[in-house]
Amino acid sequence: MSFVSYLINGISLGSVYAIIALGYTMVYGIAKMLNFAHGDIIMVGGYIALTAMNAWGVNPILAVVLAVIFCTILGVVIERVAYRPLRKAASPLAVLITAIGVSYLLQNVALLIFGADTKSFTSVVSVPSLVLAGGSLIISGETIVTIVACMVIMICLTLFINKTKAGQAMLAVSEDKGAAQLMGINVNGTIALTFAIGSALAAIAAVLLCSAYPSLTPYTGAMPGIKAFVAAVFGGIGSVPGALIGGLLLGVIEILGKAYISSQMADAIVFAVLIIVLLVKPTGLLGKQIQEKV
Amino acid sequence: MKKMKINKTTKNNLITYGMVLAVYLLVELFIAGGKVSSLMQGLLVPLCVYVILAVSLNLVVGILGELSLGHAGFMCVGAFSSAFFSKCMNGVMPDGLRFFCALLIGAAVAALFGFIIGIPVLRLKGDYLAIVTLAFGEIIKNLINVFFIGRDADGFHFSMKDSISLKLQEGGEIIMNGPQGINGTPHDSTFTIGIILVLLTLFIVLNLVHSRDGRAIMSIRDNRIAAESVGINITKYKLMAFIISAALAGTAGVLYAHNLATLTALPKNFGYNQSIMILVFVVLGGIGNIRGSVIAAVVLTLLPELLRGLNDYRMLIYAIVLIVMMLLNWSPKALELRERYSPKRLLAKRKEAKEAK
Repeated sequence: MSFVSYLINGISLGSVYAIIALGYTMVYGIAKMLNFAHGDIIMVGGYIALTAMNAWGVNPILAVVLAVIFCTILGVVIERVAYRPLRKAASPLAVLITAIGVSYLLQNVALLIFGADTKSFTSVVSVPSLVLAGGSLIISGETIVTIVACMVIMICLTLFINKTKAGQAMLAVSEDKGAAQLMGINVNGTIALTFAIGSALAAIAAVLLCSAYPSLTPYTGAMPGIKAFVAAVFGGIGSVPGALIGGLLLGVIEILGKAYISSQMADAIVFAVLIIVLLVKPTGLLGKQIQEKV
Repeated sequence: MKKMKINKTTKNNLITYGMVLAVYLLVELFIAGGKVSSLMQGLLVPLCVYVILAVSLNLVVGILGELSLGHAGFMCVGAFSSAFFSKCMNGVMPDGLRFFCALLIGAAVAALFGFIIGIPVLRLKGDYLAIVTLAFGEIIKNLINVFFIGRDADGFHFSMKDSISLKLQEGGEIIMNGPQGINGTPHDSTFTIGIILVLLTLFIVLNLVHSRDGRAIMSIRDNRIAAESVGINITKYKLMAFIISAALAGTAGVLYAHNLATLTALPKNFGYNQSIMILVFVVLGGIGNIRGSVIAAVVLTLLPELLRGLNDYRMLIYAIVLIVMMLLNWSPKALELRERYSPKRLLAKRKEAKEAK
């Protein structure tokens, strides 16, 4: 039974990774940039939800909504101020370094406001645990909510991208910015929308992550951010279903690795699997192979 | 007498070497005059380490044109292999020879890792290469934290669990103690050795860049397909740049390891944050510009220390400076504004106006 419970834990962690990876993968697909500050938006979302619940005494659902709204605005502002001026820069590295700068900025602002000590996060989930198989398998409420949330987000996002005009515009911009502009698509607006959605997802991931692992520091976002980035590459960066598959696989590998091989080496195992996958399929599991032309 | 003619490249290189030497002499003078605080003196060797790292990463990022986020991994390999050697050989060899051997070993082991990782990894491109190098750096850091190596009368003992399972006999010593790292590495690194290594690094990289091989590497960066079609062996030159860069990073690691009493692999010193930090030096100094890397590494290492008086705000200011500098240096709009209001242009305009009168 312990294997099943590890597996479920893995899927739950993987769902969080998948939600974060969606933000990475959408932003990469459309703006062709690695948003290193994405992980820190998670941390900001966590602090907002925590402050809303503890200091202002807001009810948990409203706190989540507040965190989502704040992160969405933050994401759009960061895009406008720091990334948009560099979109036509001569080197793609310029915007990458700026993203790193934004990441430092968010971490240090959080450090100044909230301090370096670990804050304990109260779970926002009030769903009771599920007891199966006569008590030998317990699935916590957080796990259930996380997995359900991930599935709902995935379905909504797929529908949004494929069925709405704004979603189609996003696909068009990621395909060819210049051609999309000629077709009358507002490229800047579409990219801002992508950042907004990505940041909102980061806020949701923040609440789910902090409910499952209830400790919050200004550096909380960094490692899940990197892992989610790995998940996005794993599934093929730029692909929405790829982010889901990558995230789930990564979560399961990490938890099983921790349980059966070595808890200290779990990260090394995750990264080793990533390297092997990329060597066999250089553009990730669901990535598109792009033909090079002279 | 035949007139000595120095071409532009040589002149440029000499300026770079001269700059490093001038800084060295100035610092030595100030130290002799007692004008340098102990805090700043402690920064001198790390400064050399960062300069070497930045220059060597520039070889991959600027000259080869591939993004690598695992540079700290090579530094880590160099640091630990050399510290291991130094600890084993402490007292067996004369100090100078031991450190020289440690440098060679650190560079060689890092180069070997560069080779092993380079062969498969260089098939990948762009962001995929970046993430794999990042993954590699994290794996190295993680593995070093689970290695336990001890030595007693029987020879070496090795474990990946804990120091007790090494089953050392009486009188045996633990050389590498997992997360506690290597303790008691001899303190061999000095500012002078650091500067010599910086000059050596500059010499290697600058000469490579202006050689036939260097031009081949740059042609791969500019257009891989065109380079291939004129018969340049892509794999060979990519590997060459990658291995040289790794070896130099390993040397920096040796310098770093022998400057500390305790060497541990933390996210802070060998994690991806460190790799990114080095990348920041390279990009801010100018991609492909070796002298720029040197200056950026020095300025950006000193900046947080100079801001120390501002306590909590220093990293915040650092972050803002980083963002603003990137925006001013790279944004097409800012570049246009700079062009319009550059002193050179304004002077030329004034001259024009005068002549028109």
